[in-house]
Amino acid sequence: MKKIEAIIKPFKLEEVKDALADLGIEGMTVSEVKGFGRQKGHTEIYRGSEYTVDFLPKIKIEVVLAEDVVEKATDAIVKAAKTGKIGDGKVFISTVEEAIRIRTDETGEKAV
Amino acid sequence: MMRIKHIPGALLLAPLAMVLATMVPLQAQDDAMAPAVVAEEATTAVTDLATGDTVVVTTDVVAVAAEEEEAPTPTEAFWAEKSAEHAMFTVNNLWICIAAALVFLMHLGFASVESGLTQAKNTTNILFKNVFIVCMGMLTYAAYGFNAMYPGDAWSIGGLFALGSPIANGFTEPEAIVASLTSEYNAGYTYWGDFIFQAMFAATAATIISGAVAERIKLGSFMIAATIIVAFAYPITGSWQWGGGWLSEMGFVDFAGSSLVHAFGGYAALAAVLVLGPRMGKYFDGKIKPILGHSMPLATIGVFLLFLGWFGFNGGSVLSAEPVAVSLVFVTTALAGAAGGLAAAFTSWIVLKKPDLSMALNGMLAGLVGITAGADSIAPWPAVLVGAIAGVLVVVSVLVLDRLKIDDPVGAISVHGICGNWGTIAVGLFGSGVLVTQVIGTFAISVFAFIFALVTFLVVKGIFGLRVSPEEELEGLDIGEHGQEAYPDFVANK
Repeated sequence: MKKIEAIIKPFKLEEVKDALADLGIEGMTVSEVKGFGRQKGHTEIYRGSEYTVDFLPKIKIEVVLAEDVVEKATDAIVKAAKTGKIGDGKVFISTVEEAIRIRTDETGEKAV
Repeated sequence: MMRIKHIPGALLLAPLAMVLATMVPLQAQDDAMAPAVVAEEATTAVTDLATGDTVVVTTDVVAVAAEEEEAPTPTEAFWAEKSAEHAMFTVNNLWICIAAALVFLMHLGFASVESGLTQAKNTTNILFKNVFIVCMGMLTYAAYGFNAMYPGDAWSIGGLFALGSPIANGFTEPEAIVASLTSEYNAGYTYWGDFIFQAMFAATAATIISGAVAERIKLGSFMIAATIIVAFAYPITGSWQWGGGWLSEMGFVDFAGSSLVHAFGGYAALAAVLVLGPRMGKYFDGKIKPILGHSMPLATIGVFLLFLGWFGFNGGSVLSAEPVAVSLVFVTTALAGAAGGLAAAFTSWIVLKKPDLSMALNGMLAGLVGITAGADSIAPWPAVLVGAIAGVLVVVSVLVLDRLKIDDPVGAISVHGICGNWGTIAVGLFGSGVLVTQVIGTFAISVFAFIFALVTFLVVKGIFGLRVSPEEELEGLDIGEHGQEAYPDFVANK
């Protein structure tokens, strides 16, 4: 089992979700997160004073999958989330040791 | 990140609609009920006759009915044969009561603006202060302020100071009833209408201070200082003009209180901020670091509510429902507020390169404060000019105060203090006032408010301390002062 963590632009969430759904992937967890990479922040202004916003809003998608679909899923995410401009985000893939479905006590790939 | 999930827009207007809905039918019911009672008595008398009951019973009923007719209440006796005047008085008094309710709504506006323009971690504290002020303001005004502000002939020091006392608890002597509760008291309102309209004004002065000192003042210290200022200082300057004191004898004009309410609150706020100091981290390394308000929607709701309430604030200050004056005041008030909003928006756009929403909101309020002194005597187009100048002034003032390290999170000193001065002076330029008198008047009121508040806050600081600890300021006053949050996300139900 692998976990894909994809940090993407917020307005790309819908496209990425649809792309994963087209592969038959049945679940995911999404969070609103903030951060920066090479894109850095930008300046905003409030009542006459400028300030820098370093942490930009992003969406983090987490999805745990069986090994055989990881590559297809990763490709789908990258394709759907790409705009070609700086700040598109990153995808991280890691190994997951165990998964348990709480309702049925199923474990392993049956549980994801 | 915290978000407000429910914006009770429709709910905000519900109380007003209820006031309007209940007031009108009640009046109609009263009128309709009187004949019905008479008819019932007549029927009873006939039945008694038909059943052959003693004639004595019948005459008794008739006698009781006649006696009731012969003994109207003192106010009924006063209005007999004056139905047109009675109708006019009823309309006038009703308008003053509705206007008082609209001014009450302004406190919801203040609460919303202040919480919107400050951080989420201090929201409970801001709202609590607003609850305290409106309750305390009305009660102290009943217990002391009203009679200190309107002493009649009972001045302690002629035209300058009058000692207050509680308002009447009712009237028993027929002469007193007529003198207080009919047009003998005033063509526009009863004693009760007079009191409640003025009581709503009193608390606004302290609310203005509340916004300027937000996010760092100790709750208890604020409550003590605000009570002293509202209970004792506000009626003093009020008596100088509206109570018939030295300013009114001089010919000073302040229709609904650009100086008496707004500049008073603004300069008291300035004194408080000077004693208190800026919020931590606002001025750092010679730079201004903005501390962002947490909800622009809430700030916007608040300003719109204040605009709505201002129709009562200025419109009610006609002190009757006189159609020409009330409608003119509505027009000048609305146009000045609109001009202030646009002027501030474009000023911020030009000076700061971007149109700043919070500045546009401050600008609407600035225009409204600006026209308040001359809403009845300044013509519509000059009112637009007065509002527009106020809108420019407020942006410049907010930026200058920030450069001077006078930290006012909501812009209260600029909106109410500076634009209150401007509005009062504008009456000398475009309205019914004399310029020199207007300058003297607004100067006297502002200086008195500043000095009184300065002394009050210094004394309170000396005895109780004025600021929360740095740790509490960082963590937020909601937890520090109240032990509860405005937006609890994860709550353990145990």
